[in-house]
Amino acid sequence: MNSRSIVSIADYSRERIQKLLERAARFEQQPNQRLLEGKVVATLFFEPSTRTRLSFETAANRLGARVIGFTDPKVTSSSKGETLKDTIKMVSNYADLIVMRHKLEGAALYASEVTDVPIINAGDGSNLHPSQTMLDLYSIWKTQGRLDDLNIYMVGDLKYGRTVHSLLMSMRKYNPTFHFIAPKELEMPEEYKLYCQKEDIRYVEQTDFTEDTIADADILYMTRVQRERFTDLMEYERVKDAYILRADMLGKCRENMRILHPLPRVNEITQDVDDSPHAYYFQQAQNGLYAREALICEALNIDF
Amino acid sequence: MVAAIENGTVIDHIPTDKVFTIASLLQLDKCTDQVTIGNNFESDKMGRKGIIKIANRFFSDAEISRLAAVCPNIRLCIIKNYDVAEKKVATLPDEFINVIHCANPVCITNNEPMKTVFYVTDKERGTVKCRYCGKEQHLENIKLV
Repeated sequence: MNSRSIVSIADYSRERIQKLLERAARFEQQPNQRLLEGKVVATLFFEPSTRTRLSFETAANRLGARVIGFTDPKVTSSSKGETLKDTIKMVSNYADLIVMRHKLEGAALYASEVTDVPIINAGDGSNLHPSQTMLDLYSIWKTQGRLDDLNIYMVGDLKYGRTVHSLLMSMRKYNPTFHFIAPKELEMPEEYKLYCQKEDIRYVEQTDFTEDTIADADILYMTRVQRERFTDLMEYERVKDAYILRADMLGKCRENMRILHPLPRVNEITQDVDDSPHAYYFQQAQNGLYAREALICEALNIDF
Repeated sequence: MVAAIENGTVIDHIPTDKVFTIASLLQLDKCTDQVTIGNNFESDKMGRKGIIKIANRFFSDAEISRLAAVCPNIRLCIIKNYDVAEKKVATLPDEFINVIHCANPVCITNNEPMKTVFYVTDKERGTVKCRYCGKEQHLENIKLV
């Protein structure tokens, strides 16, 4: 792997994460910094993802870079059978940085091995999505003033939710207490529970989701329970409304508690929650811009 | 039973279901020297066992460590002048490069012409982890490249 690529941030030290958080905070103060004047950023989306792509492209534009790329592999030579290696090598001739999303797991790591141009992983299948993790960390740090010693409640689809797995692993150095609230079919996979045990991370598992169960939360991380994830549709019908957050469930929660959600939301957070001071998911998405500006500078070794 | 060889390598005490996998891993189908493959011999230790004798072939440590992917701790006898000159054990290496096929169909290694890399995560339990997709897999269930 070339040394400046950002494929995962799970192994970053506390110091390195802190540096990125503080850099993101500076970008929030002043997002327009022409630090990438004359540079070209390629955004290669082998799998469509409008939200992540727009956020990265906005970040690159606000830093003064030119952006090239594609949003759909059907229009590229990949559809003619070109290998990922060849596409990356070709784009490396043009760009100073490659931001890529791919449906195959490990694609970003492999890409970083075949080029000297830094790669930022914008999601490789259900594997890793470090910029989402970075914006989650930034949102937690910003709203709580710290990352240490927090009660983090994860709700909904904990089995397939890539964002909750990444967040879990990147919080391990901050002494968190996790509460996993999910239906049986979508509970936190065994490998992550073993990970918690190995890393001495406290966790509690529960299936009920009520005003009382979330009263001690500092962060309530909501995810969507999707119908297509269930093998037993009767089970889906039984639990589909059990993991919906409504405004009337926020009566006993801590004042500092904030609700995060990777978006898009469907019905797992009712509209009346949006007006609550605890709702933070739209600002969280906005934080993605600052987190990505910070990551782009990291990959290009630009101090800010 | 099986003729002795003057010089070469004998792999004894092979689990009966692994004999042909090992023959394939060592590419014995391309070997032009004398090869004897026996299977289902009676064994005091194992009940039944397989044995492979290859004349005039001495395997490198890298080749031997590949054997550990299918048969950890198998023993090889190096034969010189009809005598056992040395015994080697196929211990699990720290990593396998282009030996194991990743079981994850959406792993990049199954979709690009590239080498696979696996890290051995637990030598006792025989688990390996794909460098690319990160999926941990048990050696009992793996397929070879």
